[in-house]
Amino acid sequence: MVPLEWYLVLGFLLFAIGVVGVLVRRSIIMVLLSIELMLNSANITFIAYSYYLQNITGQIMVFFILTMAAAEVALGLALVIALYRVRATLNVDDINLLKW
Amino acid sequence: MPQILFFYFAGMTVLSAVVAIAAPDLVFSALSLLITFIHIAGLYILLHAEFVAAVQIIVYAGAILVLYLFVLMLFNPKSEQFYLHQQFPVAIFLGLVLFGLMALAAFRTDVLGQKTLLHESVGHTQMVGTALYTDFLFPFEIASFILLVALIGSILLAGRHLERKK
Repeated sequence: MVPLEWYLVLGFLLFAIGVVGVLVRRSIIMVLLSIELMLNSANITFIAYSYYLQNITGQIMVFFILTMAAAEVALGLALVIALYRVRATLNVDDINLLKW
Repeated sequence: MPQILFFYFAGMTVLSAVVAIAAPDLVFSALSLLITFIHIAGLYILLHAEFVAAVQIIVYAGAILVLYLFVLMLFNPKSEQFYLHQQFPVAIFLGLVLFGLMALAAFRTDVLGQKTLLHESVGHTQMVGTALYTDFLFPFEIASFILLVALIGSILLAGRHLERKK
């Protein structure tokens, strides 16, 4: 029997890796990929609680997160393509038009 | 035996996630993320959520990763020399602090929530479907609307007619 804390720590470790990925990488596609990692860490936490509390609601939440992740990826990549047409760059440091 | 499987899946998940955010080549990162998703699906099977594991492989590894790979092939970015941001020591420090705080919270807090003992068959597709179409019917409809918004929005944003208007 694997204790619940191990799954929680795994999910939190994945979340921290995702945060570091967002902060560290320069390419905007990698920022989107790191966001996927963070959403997956939330999914692991939901499924672990769903199993240990014997409650199906956690799994339902995972479906909604999945839906949101799919929508986010489609919109995010469309934005990246539109941005690349205008600015011809994928570097997040060059996209500073709205920077104060 | 579950412990060994857990350590295999968890170790591979963390390892390939680190490779995914550290690899200079973007295609390599995406493929490494594929390994992460598949091992997370293994963790779901370990937690008796078989349907979610199948959906994870189909949607994440099948749809989302393919979308990323398509966009990557479209741009064909060269692996740059300085792919890491200048702030990366600070970022790694902040990530470690964040992980420490969350792990502390995981070990120090009691499990909140109601323990509702269902049958042995938690995680079976029938129960997921019953809950999804009765208790969560309204969020389900909202989710389909969100997908419609994403569909129309991505066609509008990435479509070619935007340039012609200028």
